[in-house]
Amino acid sequence: MVEELSLPKLNFPTTDLKAEVQDLDFYYGTSKALKNVNMSVPARKVTALIGPSGCGKTTLLRCFNRMHDLYPGNRYDGQIMLDGINILDRKVDPIEVRMRISMVFQRPNPFPKSIYDNVAYGLRVQGLTKRQAVDEKVEQALKSAALWSEVKDRLTESAYALSGGQQQRLCIARAIATDPDIVLFDEPTSALDPIATASIEDLVNELKQQVTILIVTHSMQQAARLSDYTAFMYLGELLEFNQTNVLFNQPAHKRTQDYVSGRFG
Amino acid sequence: MAPAELSAQSLSPAHNAVSRRQLISSSFAILGLLVIFIALMVLLALVTSLVLQGAPRLNWKFFTSFPSSDPLEAGILAAWVGSVLVMLTTMLFAIPLGVAAGIYLEEYAPKNWLAALIEINVTNLAGVPSIVYGLLALGLFSQQLNLGESVLTAGLTLALLILPIVIVTTREALRAIPNLLREAAYALGASRWQMIWDHILPYSFGSILTGIIIGMSRAIGETAPLITIGALTFIAFLPPLPIQPEFPFISFEWLTAPFTVMPIQMFNWVSRPEQEFQVNAAAAGVVLIVMTLTLNGFAIYLRYRFRKGVKW
Repeated sequence: MVEELSLPKLNFPTTDLKAEVQDLDFYYGTSKALKNVNMSVPARKVTALIGPSGCGKTTLLRCFNRMHDLYPGNRYDGQIMLDGINILDRKVDPIEVRMRISMVFQRPNPFPKSIYDNVAYGLRVQGLTKRQAVDEKVEQALKSAALWSEVKDRLTESAYALSGGQQQRLCIARAIATDPDIVLFDEPTSALDPIATASIEDLVNELKQQVTILIVTHSMQQAARLSDYTAFMYLGELLEFNQTNVLFNQPAHKRTQDYVSGRFG
Repeated sequence: MAPAELSAQSLSPAHNAVSRRQLISSSFAILGLLVIFIALMVLLALVTSLVLQGAPRLNWKFFTSFPSSDPLEAGILAAWVGSVLVMLTTMLFAIPLGVAAGIYLEEYAPKNWLAALIEINVTNLAGVPSIVYGLLALGLFSQQLNLGESVLTAGLTLALLILPIVIVTTREALRAIPNLLREAAYALGASRWQMIWDHILPYSFGSILTGIIIGMSRAIGETAPLITIGALTFIAFLPPLPIQPEFPFISFEWLTAPFTVMPIQMFNWVSRPEQEFQVNAAAAGVVLIVMTLTLNGFAIYLRYRFRKGVKW
């Protein structure tokens, strides 16, 4: 027990932590989906959540922006600390959490609006109304998402005119336009072809200069390529959390070893 | 459709069974075609005979004259103005109430046994005979609330009548929006109302509008509930205009005016013994059909326009 608790905080060269998950349990109704999860999210790094399907990695990710609050019967126990505040606290409005922790989904889900309006929506929700300021932020976000050169002449066109990979980059632009503290990626490439996947991965690599990234992926190769830190989850528990190269090369747990070597999952 | 010589050297031992299944399949296609043909022919014959019968009366004067005891002088002015005003009142009440109720039930209400009960009852209300609504309106609006035999009473009655249709189609339109889009809006920090107002409502607008118009085209043909609440069958004056030449320019007096509507005018003429009045009834029928078809055509156009380029 003591060993398990101490594991996540083991030998990190970085002291700069963005968020910390402490003793997190999560329930869908009566079924317990997360069991005593402890982990740290290092700032401006890519942290990957891996594990076999049903292990709770997406569930954990969606705790970070309180997505579970949208559906009745869900319950959190424990803390996710961000700037000294427990964002899972009932007194914290999930809207405020989502304004600082944004999300990119599994399938590209742009709004059926113009490219510009898609990126501008988060800004408008946050009360930015000055046309020029919005314009600048939209351009900046589209540039960061490596989409600007492709769409700058057709910002008023529908986002649905874009290809799947472009739509996902648009969703990334939408998620980063508001300068969030953390961007959550929920298997962002699982619906994309290999070329679009590569461009999204490049983008994630670029983005970690500015923002902290937490990514769920079912592909171990992707986790190995992209992330600085990796958490391995199994049956709702976080079994192992370490720097990616350590976790992949010298896993502490037998199960982690079996999973990363492709023996199950 | 295998040629004869091929069927002789059949590919599988189940050849006969396959041919039999194919025969059943194609005979249904023929049967279906026949049924559609009959249904359309009957409808077409009815409309054509109506148009042919009513044609001599369909002129400008017919639209600008009040009813009269002389069939050649009689027109539908009071009826079509009444229909338009009653429809306007119906819209005014049915749209905000129905859409808001639909939004609440679909997006806000907790999904429990109470919501299920309400859902079943709303759907059932859509099937209640319209004369029952007429009786309810006679007691409630006309007498209890003392609104009399007015445009307002008629509008409220028809609004009640089409409310279930508007609620059900609003809910269906909202339900058709993928959850992924709701989550996308929430993930950006939208409140529930922002999610609805900025996203779900605009995206489902075309479908909601279609539902409203289908409701309206049902209401425009309703006769029974309006007769129940005491619509006049012979009326030789118009309600006061909603827009007045003097201050304050807008008047709501028309809401309290007595009225008649197209189907009642038609009903009145049909029940007259004179042959000439039958021509008037046919002509009014043609106008009513055109009104309904226009509404429906408008709904189809809107659906097409709003759904163009929007797919998920």
